[in-house]
Amino acid sequence: MDFISIFSIFILACFVGYFVVWSVTPALHTPLMSVTNAISSVIIVGALIASAAAGSATSKWLGLAAVVMASINIFGGFAVTSRMLAMYKKKER
Amino acid sequence: MDIQAILSAATGGHGAVNPYAAIAYLVAGILFILALRGLSSPETAQSGNRFGMIGMTIAVVTTLLTHVPVTLEGGLDTIGLGEILIAIGIGAVIGIVMARRIAMTAMPQLVAAFHSLVGLAAVAVAAAAYLNPLAFGIADAAGQIHVVSRVEMGLGIAIGAITFSGSVIAFLKLNGNMSGSPIMLPGRHIINLGTLAAIIALTAYFTQDQSPWVFWTITGLSFAIGFLLIIPIGGADMPVVVSMLNSYSGWAAAAMGFTLGNTAMIITGALVGSSGAILSYIMCRAMNRSFISVIAGGFGADDSGGAAGGSKEQRPWKPGSAEDAAFLMSQAENVIIVPGYGMAVAQAQHALREMADQLKKEGVNVKYAIHPVAGRMPGHMNVLLAEANVPYDEVFELEDINGEFAQADVAFVIGANDVTNPAAKTDKSSPIYGMPILDVANAKTVLFVKRSMGGVGYAGVDNDVFYMDQTMMLLGDAKKMADDIVKALSGSGH
Repeated sequence: MDFISIFSIFILACFVGYFVVWSVTPALHTPLMSVTNAISSVIIVGALIASAAAGSATSKWLGLAAVVMASINIFGGFAVTSRMLAMYKKKER
Repeated sequence: MDIQAILSAATGGHGAVNPYAAIAYLVAGILFILALRGLSSPETAQSGNRFGMIGMTIAVVTTLLTHVPVTLEGGLDTIGLGEILIAIGIGAVIGIVMARRIAMTAMPQLVAAFHSLVGLAAVAVAAAAYLNPLAFGIADAAGQIHVVSRVEMGLGIAIGAITFSGSVIAFLKLNGNMSGSPIMLPGRHIINLGTLAAIIALTAYFTQDQSPWVFWTITGLSFAIGFLLIIPIGGADMPVVVSMLNSYSGWAAAAMGFTLGNTAMIITGALVGSSGAILSYIMCRAMNRSFISVIAGGFGADDSGGAAGGSKEQRPWKPGSAEDAAFLMSQAENVIIVPGYGMAVAQAQHALREMADQLKKEGVNVKYAIHPVAGRMPGHMNVLLAEANVPYDEVFELEDINGEFAQADVAFVIGANDVTNPAAKTDKSSPIYGMPILDVANAKTVLFVKRSMGGVGYAGVDNDVFYMDQTMMLLGDAKKMADDIVKALSGSGH
């Protein structure tokens, strides 16, 4: 993809992010942070590419280290978000 | 040559794009948008979280399929694949154990720790891409990295490194390993601006010369500036810092997304980046502080507020007991509870909820009022109350409940102080002037739970609410006080 198409997606996504985040209820701002934490670890895609590539051993090990770090975040982030969300209960009537 | 052809086709780099992979990444990106959309209400939040997990699974599986590790002969590298799966497994175990064990009061530290990992992972990926650019499809056959990719890479590593070192400092401050008071280096603004200018200049130079020293100097300087930026910021401003680092971790992911031409990473980066930026803005607004002044640091430096307190006149205040409080509240029609972080530190949330349950049994209408900076990170107090089984529809945000204090018989303030201080509205010389506050002074009676009359809030200012005619000071530990009120209430019920 050329730079301009990628850049367009990026700018549009910023607008989507702006509106979606303002619609998040303030009561859920902490889960918002932990879940954004988890999804920003989509950087694991880059780490997987580096780990799978032949050619540079250093690059491969850096990739594997990044896979471990991103995985901690992904599993930890989604798990802690889910744990928090499970605590939000409505009044029993 | 074979291997290069395979790699460049598989990466879908600037040559060939695998359309199926591109669509899969787009779907992952959309699922991430839905994950955040779900958080608009506690009812849809869990399903949103599941969308996020599905999106991540799609992104990971797609990458594993399009980037199968290959041996130099071009066959499947089973050992390589095994190593990757083990790496994911190690991360999964550590992550899940951390998520299960963490105390809810320690959420800000956990989030800071997670941010630091995103930052470091971004640095590692950028370094890997720099060392093996062909694998990422960002270089020509001679190994010259594309100019655009160099800028993206420079940005990615700089933001990643700042996120990492900044988050480590934020973690240490939040976790109490490092004093929350600001560390002010002489001439720090000049050092910071100089370092920042050097990073920008080197990134520009990197487009001309891809030598390792340029790349690693950018990396080193970025680690340094992350550290330098956060050490002068005081403990009271940590909610802003955590939000800001959240934003940075997003921009780091976006920068890597540009390098790889990956839509899932770009969409996510933009979402997370905006999310953190908006949360920082909300936190700054809640403290009436400009973002620049938070970054400049130094707030909360004057912890010696007690010294100034010594010279001030002694004003009369009215003490009260748990029994008095129990009586007043059981006779009330509307009670609004104003919890602050001190309540969570004292682990009083369960006792507080029991107190509210007792009152509700007696027909009292109980609501909770939350100031945006009541906890140590955005929305923290809501989580702490939810953990104590407080129903979320009894918990209200500042702007939704502030008008109701005038109709409230009792405002019960526990562990909060500055967020109720009328000086924020009236006293232009006060350090908290302009901060939105909860108007507890409008309630018929204010019950103020506080450890002692000596201590002052984070901002180090006295609170006029203590000395009002309708205020009763309940001095003591928040948890013990709440427990005693529960006892007094259940006694009167029999």
